[in-house]
Amino acid sequence: MDTLRRTVLKGASASGVLATALAAGLLKPTQVLASEWNKAAFEAKDTPAAMKAVGAATTAESKDLKLTAPDIAENGAVVPIDISSGIPNTISIAVFVDKNPSPLTAAFNFANGAMADASLRIKMGQTSIVRAVAKTADGKFYTASKEVKVTAGGCGG
Amino acid sequence: MGSPMKVRAQMKGDFADIKILMSHPMETGQRKDPKTNQPFPALFIQQFSVEVGGKVVVQAETGTAISTNPVFGFKVKGAKAGDKVVVKWQDNKGDSRTDEATIA
Repeated sequence: MDTLRRTVLKGASASGVLATALAAGLLKPTQVLASEWNKAAFEAKDTPAAMKAVGAATTAESKDLKLTAPDIAENGAVVPIDISSGIPNTISIAVFVDKNPSPLTAAFNFANGAMADASLRIKMGQTSIVRAVAKTADGKFYTASKEVKVTAGGCGG
Repeated sequence: MGSPMKVRAQMKGDFADIKILMSHPMETGQRKDPKTNQPFPALFIQQFSVEVGGKVVVQAETGTAISTNPVFGFKVKGAKAGDKVVVKWQDNKGDSRTDEATIA
């Protein structure tokens, strides 16, 4: 499993190998799909376990990592968030929702000119802290978080 | 093979602004059918990739908490008008879909 795991989430050397492989076109998406999905991280039931599963055991708060999310979400099924990292050499960003049944929501890897910037829409079951974690090329992790109040949950019927 | 995505890519200054709208139920596996009281099985996109001009720029892994009909936005430097943008996704049941657009 470890050798298969790609993401946010390995040492700098492994990331370097990935970048090289990507550049060389060795990892066609059709080949890396599914077998590489980080099941352990996505099925972790709480944020510390999920963060550990992606390798982000220790993180530092950073003001250069911007997480934009609404203060109040009237519809927890569609909560727009935007993450932008001004930290140099950010190679990956992951999103966690602390109180969701499975906190890890998404993980993005950037290469070949992609800016460390992603916008997406997420589901939130209840009011929770939303957390962004950025990984840099040298293997360091940074976080930013924000509480989003949910008035109608998005995970029920 | 899934339903078509909408992919829009536009140069904004020195970067390409890419917006992707995927058509997918993103079923979490926790919602119950009110008639049978049985949960709907989980059906969600697990991975997707974005290529610009033949190079992978974003690779993503996603869980069940991405909203139904997912929307994603990315910004890519070094791209230019006319470059082809290719988006591919695959869900947990092995279904997949590839769509493309050209940067305007």
